[in-house]
Amino acid sequence: MAAAGLAGLAGLFAVYKPAGVAWSRVREAVETRLLRELNAAPGRPPRQRVRFLPAPAPGGGGALELVAARVPVLADHPLVLGPRFRKLKIGAGHRLDVKASGVFVLGIGHGNKLLTDLYNCHLTKVYTVGGLFGKATDDFSDTGNLVEKTTFDHITREKLERILAVIQGTNQKALLMYSNIDMKTQEAYELAVKGLIRPMGKSPPIITAVRCIQFALPEFQLEIHCLHETQQYLRKLVHEIGLELKSSAVCTQVRRIRDGVFTVDDALPRTQWNLQSIQEAIRNCQLKVETELEKTLGHGENSPLHQLGGDMAEHARQERP
Amino acid sequence: DWDDIPPSSALEVISEEEAVQIIAEPLLPIQSSTLRDYVDHSETLAKLVHLGVDLSQVEKRQKAGQLLLTLDFEKDVKKILLFLKDVGVEDNQLGPFLTKNPYILGEDLEALETRVAYLKSKKFGKSEIAQMVSRAPYLLLFSVERLDNRLGFFKNELGLSVKKTKDLVIRLPRLLTGKLEPVKENLQVCQIELGFQHNEIQQIVYKTPKILTASKKRLKQTFDYLHNIMGIPHHMLTRFPQVFNSKLLRIRERHMFLAFLGRAQYDPAQPSYVSLDQLVSLPDEVFCTEIAKASMQDFENFLKTL
Repeated sequence: MAAAGLAGLAGLFAVYKPAGVAWSRVREAVETRLLRELNAAPGRPPRQRVRFLPAPAPGGGGALELVAARVPVLADHPLVLGPRFRKLKIGAGHRLDVKASGVFVLGIGHGNKLLTDLYNCHLTKVYTVGGLFGKATDDFSDTGNLVEKTTFDHITREKLERILAVIQGTNQKALLMYSNIDMKTQEAYELAVKGLIRPMGKSPPIITAVRCIQFALPEFQLEIHCLHETQQYLRKLVHEIGLELKSSAVCTQVRRIRDGVFTVDDALPRTQWNLQSIQEAIRNCQLKVETELEKTLGHGENSPLHQLGGDMAEHARQERP
Repeated sequence: DWDDIPPSSALEVISEEEAVQIIAEPLLPIQSSTLRDYVDHSETLAKLVHLGVDLSQVEKRQKAGQLLLTLDFEKDVKKILLFLKDVGVEDNQLGPFLTKNPYILGEDLEALETRVAYLKSKKFGKSEIAQMVSRAPYLLLFSVERLDNRLGFFKNELGLSVKKTKDLVIRLPRLLTGKLEPVKENLQVCQIELGFQHNEIQQIVYKTPKILTASKKRLKQTFDYLHNIMGIPHHMLTRFPQVFNSKLLRIRERHMFLAFLGRAQYDPAQPSYVSLDQLVSLPDEVFCTEIAKASMQDFENFLKTL
């Protein structure tokens, strides 16, 4: 019944957002499909009421007498009540702009509370960014107005990888600075060895790792692991790489393949946006999400990240009355 | 006299038979935003629910709920229902019809009869009028002058013969009840921006009249993708105008899948030709097995790489 359907819809799941569609449209499309399936299930039977209706008398013709009959109450008729479910609380995780595609996390019902917790975990996201040498446009993507055209024959894979190494180095410094950790402690060293240092508060976009997957002039593809970024920042990065290599570049594709614990394999394509698949996806991802939240946020503040730094200034402010 | 008979007090002792005969139900609310409070006490509303009218939709319309409550079933509603049955609307269609157009129950019966007589004088057959009225419930609310105006407009703008215009209007009677400026603008867009010739526009409109009411931005985007990126010439689009009615995302995903498999051939002269209407209208599973010759799983995996 519908109640069973709604009970399975509480948690987080990931959807593959197609390119060329706004993220709010995707959220509304998922909501509409779920509502249609929930309203298709039969609802509660209507209440019954005893009414005295006129009926022909059993003895002779003509005379009407009142007979007690059990009649369903018309106020509970489905055509009078309307659809049982009119809205669902679906929240969205890290947003994707219109031209980008990829893993898009959504939360239903109680899962919306987990969305804030996931945001506070500050986990990295992984993007595949495709670029094209030789052009420069005003909004850094291939559909913008052309600004200049350059040659690109002098570019080799080694030069590109040198630039990527420089980018990674500067971002590493920014990472250490914004995570507010005292570098001279033993715990900091252990965390750095495990690779768990990251800013636990607000920070500008930071790239933790970049590498070149494909290089076939004039096209190239990069895999970028980053934090607190926007897709337009990644396009600007492609443009700046072009400038560093004494040429110019535009970004052709931005695709998110991992958002925290959700990968492309967990994401549901458009053909599977129905009640059953979503319930199954929620069940499958539940364990992963819980382990990750336990590890990072912990119960109270026992996790090492919080003990060391992160919001040290905030703690100091809280202690002061 | 006023002073002789004292008023009866509520605490008077009465006999058992009298007590049983008193019916004390709670009063109906004076103001309400739903028809649910009144449906049990109004015979009109109860009969309409049994006919299949969706009261939850009707109460959202402006003043429609008030109109239904003031009408009486025996005197007003019955005449109009019999008239609709006479025109040819089926019994099971009456419910959805009244849900979309409850205002017809407040119309004058003679005015409605005049309008049907006008349509018959324009040589629309009885079954054709029934079809038009069921598909566009607001048609009979338009006065004779307005209907005349609109039929004339379509004859002049489209330039088709009288028989073809009538056929078009029977298939999409929504054209007569909607606004006329967007239709004119759509025709201009087709001619100037999309670059179709006049006879091509006539053919397209005769096959898919829905283009006249489609949004211009969507038309332009779909045409841009079909003509420039997929490379389909104008005469192919004239042969299969159904592609303009489908979603751009669907066309894009299916075309990219076929291009990835190397089967994107839209020229009928070449082998392994894929016709445009099959590209667009087939459901996903049939498309994957017949045209792309791949499994549904491959299609989904490909969608995730776009």
